[in-house]
Amino acid sequence: MISRRDFLVASAAVAGLAGPGLTGSWSRAAAQQALTEDDLLGMQGYGNVTLLHLTDLHAQLMPLYFREPSINLGVGEVAGLPPHLTGKDFLQRFGIEAGTPEAYALTSEDFVSLAKTYGRMGGVDRIARIVKRIRADRPDNTLFLDGGDTWQGSYTAQQTQGQDMVEVMNALGVDAMTAHWEFTYGTDRVTELVDSLPFPFLCGNVYDAEWDEPAFKAYEMFERGGAQVAVIGQAFPYTPIANPRYMIPNWSFGIREEDVQANIDKARAEGAELVVLLSHNGFDVDRKLASRVTGLDVILSGHTHDALPDVIQVGQTLIVASGSNGKFVSRLDLDVRDGAVHGYSYNLIPVFSDVIEPDADMTALVTQLREPFAADLARELGRTETLLYRRGNFNGTFDDLICQALLSQRDAEIALSPGFRWGTSVLPGQAITFEDVHNATAMTYPAAYRSSMSGQMLKDILEDVGDNLFNPDPYYQQGGDMVRVGGMGYSIDPTAAMGSRISDMTLLSTGEPIQADRDYIVSGWASVNEGTEGPPVWDVVENHLKENPVVSVEDTSSVKVKM
Amino acid sequence: MTLTRRQALVAGAGAVVATALPFGMPAFASEEDTQKHIMEFTGGKTPEAGKITLDAPEIAENGNTVPIGVTVDSPMTADSYVESVILLADGNPSPGVATFNFTPMSGTAAATTRMRLAKTQNVVAVAKMNDGSVFMDQKQIKVTIGGCGG
Repeated sequence: MISRRDFLVASAAVAGLAGPGLTGSWSRAAAQQALTEDDLLGMQGYGNVTLLHLTDLHAQLMPLYFREPSINLGVGEVAGLPPHLTGKDFLQRFGIEAGTPEAYALTSEDFVSLAKTYGRMGGVDRIARIVKRIRADRPDNTLFLDGGDTWQGSYTAQQTQGQDMVEVMNALGVDAMTAHWEFTYGTDRVTELVDSLPFPFLCGNVYDAEWDEPAFKAYEMFERGGAQVAVIGQAFPYTPIANPRYMIPNWSFGIREEDVQANIDKARAEGAELVVLLSHNGFDVDRKLASRVTGLDVILSGHTHDALPDVIQVGQTLIVASGSNGKFVSRLDLDVRDGAVHGYSYNLIPVFSDVIEPDADMTALVTQLREPFAADLARELGRTETLLYRRGNFNGTFDDLICQALLSQRDAEIALSPGFRWGTSVLPGQAITFEDVHNATAMTYPAAYRSSMSGQMLKDILEDVGDNLFNPDPYYQQGGDMVRVGGMGYSIDPTAAMGSRISDMTLLSTGEPIQADRDYIVSGWASVNEGTEGPPVWDVVENHLKENPVVSVEDTSSVKVKM
Repeated sequence: MTLTRRQALVAGAGAVVATALPFGMPAFASEEDTQKHIMEFTGGKTPEAGKITLDAPEIAENGNTVPIGVTVDSPMTADSYVESVILLADGNPSPGVATFNFTPMSGTAAATTRMRLAKTQNVVAVAKMNDGSVFMDQKQIKVTIGGCGG
């Protein structure tokens, strides 16, 4: 593990590269050879309301490595706009120098060497420190909001059915949350946990399917800095489609734009001077929504895991994208007077774990929560010679490893692995621990099925997922990445019409084209269908690593992107 | 590029037809069938946009039972009221889904139902007023295999 001293030395090494900062002072601080906690957190307060936003933590309690995507395409009118920029284009758009701490935090450029330089990010004890410091400075002004995807994504969350995360978020002092993966614990468990929360669980777009009545509270009014603030919750609109509907059969979702507008209007009529949408829509959906509703001041956007160092303004609405996995906490200060926003100041705070002091109380709580599982979590299952990561539109090396495990352990011709955006990274030379494998697979429907599918069915699946990702109308997108494929190659044209994006499907073992009417043995996991049978995928990966403990996965060339 | 919802629907509809053919699907309804139904209902008049609003999800949670609502802006008086509304689905084996008849006594011209959608397609609602004018709204509803979001 890199020490704080190492971090400072490394920062000194890049001093010559660092350019002007963007929204904060951390870039300049790095240039001056010493990044301190004050550089990250010592910003001047502005206005009378401070919104803190944490989203898509995916139950990651400890500092971690998470490589941002190298491919994150936008289609239609958002092509080339943030967040659909990666690597050098991203750095250029936001005026970031290569090699700096923010380049490491925000892009995949030179990730491995910068990871060794700047160390792990995140950790809820560091996040606790940030929240406490800002609250101490702005006690009557601060609202801390959790955008969801908080209770799922780790072994400990899986084992405690979300309980560890509820305890952590309660200790952090969340003021309100919305949700997505939380729902995969099923109706009974979600209801139980929601009933236990000391803060509101806001989902204005979730209805009781039978009675067509709101299933949860839509918004909450807060008073901060003398201003009335309304926070409206928007759960992930396609939860029962992207995740198993049978686990939550009585809840119906959807974007429900008219309801968003109705709730804004209602909150305004009740005296709200600042209206905030705490959203799990995904960035493109939020950008479109902002262009179609009125009276919405701020969208705190989650789901698509984008981290942007600046707010994106659409009309009068400011959209904040706060990343994932605890790498960032967003701070938006607003001057709210006479029923309107008069100005703002924004900081995307990077949670450099070697710079931000851990909060001792939270460190103790995390240690206590992990203790019963500590021996398992630390167990080494193998070692990787190459970077293992997941995030990106088409493939990730961790998924390739999972696909290899499915092909060999389940004796299949083709493997399918879902394009989730959670899952942490493992650096070359590191051990692959039990915890790493569960960080990439922890979920409530993990069965690794083995079944027969026709070539036509395989094409339909690829087309279907491709349209969920690349439909030019964001309201038809679901926000995941492309399904990962093992044993098969294909070409994709993201800009083509629905049903005609995929071509050149090839069985890699023979080099022959996939035939529509032939059946193939396919293994995959995370099926949303009830009654799917098979061992949990983490067992499949663990068994594969037992037989193949030294992992080397280069980026695949079997997916070709045509545009 | 600015793609309005209506343009997106037209583009989407074209894609459905284009991809349905090579796969040897059973005889699904087509855009032409749907047009024929509309023309029969309107007596040959091309419906205008406005007045009628179709409320439907962008992506169906369950293609077997998709909730659909229609409302028509009308005073519903003896002088001015909605006579009937038809619902059509252009990708089902037969496009006709439902016909709702109203009178001034109905008070409001609104109805909800649930429909089965075999695949991604356009759902069309057409309203006929007592003065013979006709209005239309439509929306593409995706029916997906699901399961890879997150």
